[in-house]
Parts: sequence; C-alpha cells; structure tokens
Amino acid sequence: MVHAILALLVCQLLGEVIVRATGVPIPGPVLGTFFMLAALAALREVPEALNAVAGVLLSHLSLLFVPAGVGVMLHVARIRTEWLPLLAALFVSTALTIAVTALVFFWVMRRMGLHEPEQRS
Amino acid sequence: MNGVPDATDNLDLLWVYLQQEPLLWLTATLGAYAIGHYLHRAAGGSPLVNSVAVAIAVLVALLVLTGTSYATYFDGAQFVHFLLGPATVLLAVPLYRNFNRVRRLLVPMLAALFVGSITAVVSAVAVAAALGASPETLRSLAPKSATTPIAMGIAEGIGGLASLTATLVIITGIIGAMIVTPLLNLLRVTDWAARGFAVGVASHGIGAARAFQVNHLAGTFAGIAMALNALLTAILVPLLVGWI
Repeated sequence: MVHAILALLVCQLLGEVIVRATGVPIPGPVLGTFFMLAALAALREVPEALNAVAGVLLSHLSLLFVPAGVGVMLHVARIRTEWLPLLAALFVSTALTIAVTALVFFWVMRRMGLHEPEQRS
Repeated sequence: MNGVPDATDNLDLLWVYLQQEPLLWLTATLGAYAIGHYLHRAAGGSPLVNSVAVAIAVLVALLVLTGTSYATYFDGAQFVHFLLGPATVLLAVPLYRNFNRVRRLLVPMLAALFVGSITAVVSAVAVAAALGASPETLRSLAPKSATTPIAMGIAEGIGGLASLTATLVIITGIIGAMIVTPLLNLLRVTDWAARGFAVGVASHGIGAARAFQVNHLAGTFAGIAMALNALLTAILVPLLVGWI
C-alpha cells in the first residue's frame, strides 16, 4: 500500500515539477497520469495495492470536489444578481455539450464500423 | 470570573480549538458527503439526488449558521481537496486496463472531443451574453467544462475571477451528473464509451464520478475525456476570448 501511494505521489510530483519548469499548459496531475500509464505499461500489470487504492478513491471521486464546491458561498451576491444568465448558460451548455459529444462519438464510431453490439445493462 | 473558568468560557475555548484545527471541518466534509451518499441511495440511486450538491448545501448552511469563513473551512477541508491530484493520476489504472479499446476508438474520441469542447465554451458564453451577464462573469464562465485547477488558471489568464470559475465548474459538474442518464437515454446513445466520454467532456471529474458509479467502461472514457478537454479548453479559450 505504501508503495502504491508513493508511486502516485511521485508521478504527481514529477508532473507538477515539469509543468512549472517548462510552462506547458497541462495540469501537473494530468501529466502524472501519463507517467503512471507508462509505468503500468512497463510492469505489464496493475499491482494489487494500486488496484485497491484506485478502487477506493475512484468510487468516491465526487467527494473530492466538495471543498471547492463550498466556495459557492463566496459568490452569493453575484449569483443573486446574475442567476438567470448563469443558470441558463450552465444548463443549456452542459446539456448541449453532452448531446453533441455523445452523438459525434457514436456517429463516427458507427461510420468506421467500430460499434460493439454487446452493451447496455 | 476571578480566574475560574465557567462553562461558557470552556465552550468558547472549545470553539477556538475547533476553529484552529483541521479536524472539525474535515470531519464535517466527510459527514456531509455521507449524508449526500445516504440520500442518493435512499432515492434509489437517482442522479437527481446528487451527493456533491447535498454535501455542499449542508456545509454552506453549517458555515453560515456558525459564522465560519470559507478560509477557515478550507484549512480543514484542504486535505480532501488535495486528493484530487492523486485521484487524477489514478485514472491511469482504468486507462491501462482498457488501453486496446481506447486506442481503437481514438478517432471517434478526438472528433467528439473537438466538437464538444467548442460547444461547451461557445454555447455557455453565448447564452450568458444574450441574457446580459457582465464581461467579468463571461470570462469566468468560458472554461467551465474543464476540471477545476485548469479552469481557474484559464480564467485568471483572460481576466475572469478564478474563485467564481471554481464555483461554476462544480455546478456544471453537478448538472451534467444529474442530466446525463435521462438525456442520453432520450437520444438513444446506448454505447458506454460514447456516454462516458460525453459526460467527461461536459462535466469533468464530477461527470466521471457519476460515470464510474454507473459503468466502469463509461468511467474510464469519462476520465480520458476530462484530461483531454482540460488540455483543449486551455488552448481554445484564450483563442476565442477575443470575441467575448
């Protein structure tokens, strides 16, 4: 377990350091994801401990957004005056983005004959 | 008084202690999320009862009632916030497991990413502008589909308010997590990769969290979409900002 957590932190640290040193517009942890992927590819398997950590953290991923979300209390005044444009923009844009992205994905996949007919549970 | 602390003094001291240590607000964060998780379960796993939204509502109410500042709260909650980084690195695990499938679907992914990312930025800014939002709000809104730290960085770079962006990003995530299932059922997109990828582009990590709850493959593609859209939004928004 210690090794798994150490590996995670090392990947993130490498990512952050490289991003800051080079100024590339990529988040450090995203770069860290690629390092971890490279490490897994080299190992040719996912170590059991890393698997366990991934299971715990990824199944409660949404918890991690709560502290930033509570920051909504700092913007009560603005949200009160601009609630209509903000809510309308967020709802319309999110729905439209989901629909357009899914449809383009699905359409291109079918055109290329990549569709797998198993699916749906 | 005469140096003998009475009960009120003790309570005051206790409160001072609790405000200074991270323990109280860290506990409250997990507790509020547990309540959200419980309500989500109690509602039969309905996406409309979102555990993040419930947790945020509970915590904001608690902070307002106790007169606690967000800064004080965040001193405690930052330990949870910090885990976003390692969790992002962990996305490599499902990515590695599904690597062949991901590679096979690279072209549909990139096509969907490009169209979806532009849609996310342009539609949000267009709707808000049409309804009279201030320029500062528009600039804070533009990167709202990218994951929090990136979106904040983008907003800062174009003259938006980073902390307002963080709020809008989270609300975007919650909305996406709530509507993705009924919306894509309506559109009859049954493919898990397409469904996950769409919610990842539109609603970053909160969308991915929802996708992981529903289907592992959908979660994997949502995680990839989140990472790719963070990159593309960082490139697109500064290019498009001339029109805002």
